[in-house]
Amino acid sequence: MNAQGERLTVEQVLALAPDAASRAAGTRLALPGPWSGTGACSTGTGGRVLWGECKGSGGRPYRTVVALAHADGPAYQCSCPSRKFPCKHALGLLLLLWAEGGDAVPEGAGPPEWAASWLDRRRQRADEAASGRAVDATGGPADPAAARRRAERRAARMTSGATELEQRLTDLMRGGLAGVRDAGYGQWDETAARMVDAQAPGLAARVRDVASVAGAGGGDWAARLLEECALLHALNQGFLRVGELPEPLAATVRSRVGLTSDAAAVLAAGPLVRDHWLVLAQRDSDDGRLTTRRIWLYGRGTGRMALLLSYGAAGRAPELCLPVGMSVDADLAFPPAARPLRAVLGTRHAAPVACPEPPPGGDTAAALRAYGEAVRDDPWLEAWPVVLAEVTPVPGEGELGWQLADASGGSALPVDPRGSGDSLGLWRLASLSGGAPLRVFGECGHAGFTPLAAWAPAQLPTLVQTPLPTPVPL
Amino acid sequence: MPRMTSTTVTHTAAASSASWAGLVAAALLGTDRRTPPVTPRPGQDVAGALLDAAAVRTVRRRAGLLPVAARTVPGPAPEDVRPPLPEAARRRLEQLLAGRAAPGGRRGSTPDLTELLPQWLAAANRHGYRAPADLLPALLEAARARSDLRQEALALAGPRALWLARLNPQWKYALREGAGVGVADPRQAQRVWREGLFAERAAALAALRRTDAAAARELLASTWAEERAEDRTMFLDALGEGLSLADEPFLEQALGDRARNVRATAAALLSALPGSALSARMAERARACLAPGRAGDGTVARILVEAPHECDAGMERDGVEPTPPPGRGERSWWLGRLVEAAPLSLWPARLGVAGAEEAVALPVADGWRADLHAAWAGAAVRQHDAAWARALLGPADEPPLPEGAPGLDPARLLAVLPPGERAEWVAEFVAAHGLSQAFRLLGVCAVPWAEPLGRAVVDALDSARDAGGYPWSFSGVMGLAERCLDPDAAGRLEVLTTLPAGPDETEVTAGAAGYWAEAFGRLVGTLRLRATMRTELQPAAQQPAARQPAAGPAGPLGAATPPRAGGCSP
Repeated sequence: MNAQGERLTVEQVLALAPDAASRAAGTRLALPGPWSGTGACSTGTGGRVLWGECKGSGGRPYRTVVALAHADGPAYQCSCPSRKFPCKHALGLLLLLWAEGGDAVPEGAGPPEWAASWLDRRRQRADEAASGRAVDATGGPADPAAARRRAERRAARMTSGATELEQRLTDLMRGGLAGVRDAGYGQWDETAARMVDAQAPGLAARVRDVASVAGAGGGDWAARLLEECALLHALNQGFLRVGELPEPLAATVRSRVGLTSDAAAVLAAGPLVRDHWLVLAQRDSDDGRLTTRRIWLYGRGTGRMALLLSYGAAGRAPELCLPVGMSVDADLAFPPAARPLRAVLGTRHAAPVACPEPPPGGDTAAALRAYGEAVRDDPWLEAWPVVLAEVTPVPGEGELGWQLADASGGSALPVDPRGSGDSLGLWRLASLSGGAPLRVFGECGHAGFTPLAAWAPAQLPTLVQTPLPTPVPL
Repeated sequence: MPRMTSTTVTHTAAASSASWAGLVAAALLGTDRRTPPVTPRPGQDVAGALLDAAAVRTVRRRAGLLPVAARTVPGPAPEDVRPPLPEAARRRLEQLLAGRAAPGGRRGSTPDLTELLPQWLAAANRHGYRAPADLLPALLEAARARSDLRQEALALAGPRALWLARLNPQWKYALREGAGVGVADPRQAQRVWREGLFAERAAALAALRRTDAAAARELLASTWAEERAEDRTMFLDALGEGLSLADEPFLEQALGDRARNVRATAAALLSALPGSALSARMAERARACLAPGRAGDGTVARILVEAPHECDAGMERDGVEPTPPPGRGERSWWLGRLVEAAPLSLWPARLGVAGAEEAVALPVADGWRADLHAAWAGAAVRQHDAAWARALLGPADEPPLPEGAPGLDPARLLAVLPPGERAEWVAEFVAAHGLSQAFRLLGVCAVPWAEPLGRAVVDALDSARDAGGYPWSFSGVMGLAERCLDPDAAGRLEVLTTLPAGPDETEVTAGAAGYWAEAFGRLVGTLRLRATMRTELQPAAQQPAARQPAAGPAGPLGAATPPRAGGCSP
């Protein structure tokens, strides 16, 4: 399945950390000093288990167990009181495997009693869950009629929500945007809350986006606000007449309004696309309640782009973690959409391997063309993932924003000022480039380009200037 | 222009031709006040038609976007031919730089990464590595916030960081402090000197001074008359490096400068040159102030002091500030300035004794002892005279002066002694007086601490614990010990981290013992981390065990490494 029986790479371990503070705390514990009674062994099912006791500030050491056999990533147990998950002790234990040439965690005959009992309980729970799923699979939903009634009730609520939102938008047009500019977020918040009540989270999120455009100001705020309102209006209209739309577009409208199917259903429905998926970039965003992890993939055989999403509750890292720069032989399922991009990760057929070359790319005009074609299918698309083959970053100066300039031809893409990660991300890009063209992966949208990873130009002059195969996250 | 599929957005032919500006104007004012240029479908109100038309225009605009004209691309960064950091060290640097932002609070038993960055940078520079390009911005940011990091950080960052600093005004400091990085080519220096900003000129001058002291002085002299007074002071300061008698004519001329700060700087530099005319003039003046007082048998019994009665124009020209600071008497102030600026070699002959030690041992008449010794100490520091520094410091086990006592600053005198002697003196001091006054003395000792200093500090901490103190009373020294003890001492310290065995070992240990165990735990942890960091910086071929493939994407990739026996751990 996945890299069972292997050590997780340091990147993979650090990506499990819920936040930067845990990452730092975990790395500080990646030394033998505070640890005692560490050990590792293989389980009967081919997985690996690590355990150890870590001295904390109190008298009694914390007992930490990590099981690496889990299909969705490692499982952890620690006696510390931290609510972070995984806690710094679990991270430290995983990183400890890299310390002192590996001697810090010796191979043991079997876990001590305290670790074994947790593993047993976990196995029991997994067995129960598996048998529960088996019943579901054979018996189907407990009561299909009740499920249908629930779905109909929700559809009715969403329809009335969309109708109400339409009313608000036309009222806004009648009264004029100038009036809402100074009205603040209050009325938008209320509208967003109404959409949450109507079980249309997609509409609620778009309302909040409209509010942020209204609040951001700037010279062309009215035009941008009108664009957002008009697209929201188009989504409402699409949903209210979803039955008249051709199927892929209808699916896009449904998912954009907030009707999504769960990962298992998507995988079951297929079709599965098996490819060597190159992991291009990973980025986490946190809105205070939820951590959203985006992982961008490029299919080396199919040439397809894919986007995996994974969520974690506040303080927890999303579980899905793929090593950036590596290639994973795996199945993906794309839910139906007018322009499929989001995907669900299915079976991984082999451990990730190093990727010999970066993906091919185009120039800035090709990037905008790719976005334009995608928008033709899905008008609500903000941006589309593309690779720019050879661009040179031009730092912003005063009012002028950053640009990525084509190596030849005098054209450039403006960098989207909203999405440049931490403020140093663009400077990292400039530093990697050193004034020379380099290959950049990112999202190209109507507000500009958001760089997500770059491949440093080869350091030594070679006959062919091939980029180094490792992308650097920005 | 790409065509929309007609089902995406409902629209009419009229709507699609409407002007965008007209739509925005109507939306801004409201369709009640201004009619938009759209034709509603039957049964549709004008607001709905406006939204329809706007949606079509929006999607059409987004689908047909074209690139913009590129601005001028920055010129190429200079090449950096130094070898890259080994992978593990690269990762460590990333972690140390990230640790800067980690939240504070009680430190517990884990090492303080921010305190280890300076020595990591110094060690990496000793190996001659270059920093990875993607970490340069973080490195520049770290050094911007902490000026103590700048020299080493900019050395590691190299020419590409200066290239970056020219693009980002936030990093301007690097141009000032880092321009000396790399070779100081005299022609290059001349160009910068003629055309550069003040910071770049100062850096170019300092860099040239290090490689060709005379060329730097001539460069400064070539534009001396046109420089502003405050710039003259700063530039003159740069001559402190590589100072020699060849600089004397220029400095003598600067003694007549219009600006007082320039005169004072020139005088201070000249007095550090024992063979200079200024120091001869000072010697003449100082000689008149001290005389041997002989006993009946003709031996020298004490020093007689006749402090100056006035500060004449000659003294003032030679850099003596006529007005003493508040609380100091005029005569004692002038005496101090004269003796401080006079060559120490003058005194044994003048006082009729064999050397520094005998001179310092002589009693001083009329309560002038403290003033005289403070002035000698100043001279010893300025002239880097180890014999006088040693004599003035005295034996380490003598009762120390109260901290902040005027004049004699043992830390500054210690800095004049050779490193080994420094460590021995401080070790004796710590053994005799404990740690409470040792902080500044420890600060001037070479890192890592040589034995017997390390042992003396650890023993003193151990005694402090036994005496019932709390570790935070010694947090300053603890922090220094974490950074400065030899990492190889970690094993010896391990025993200190264990709690004293109680009747029940699971009982939560309250009070000082637990905190001490934690503090020692952190000390040992930090020393081990420093040892690890040292190993990581070894060039790949010398590492004891190759932990990761040398090449390959993004670091130690377990999956790419052939699994060792046991897979998870060897």
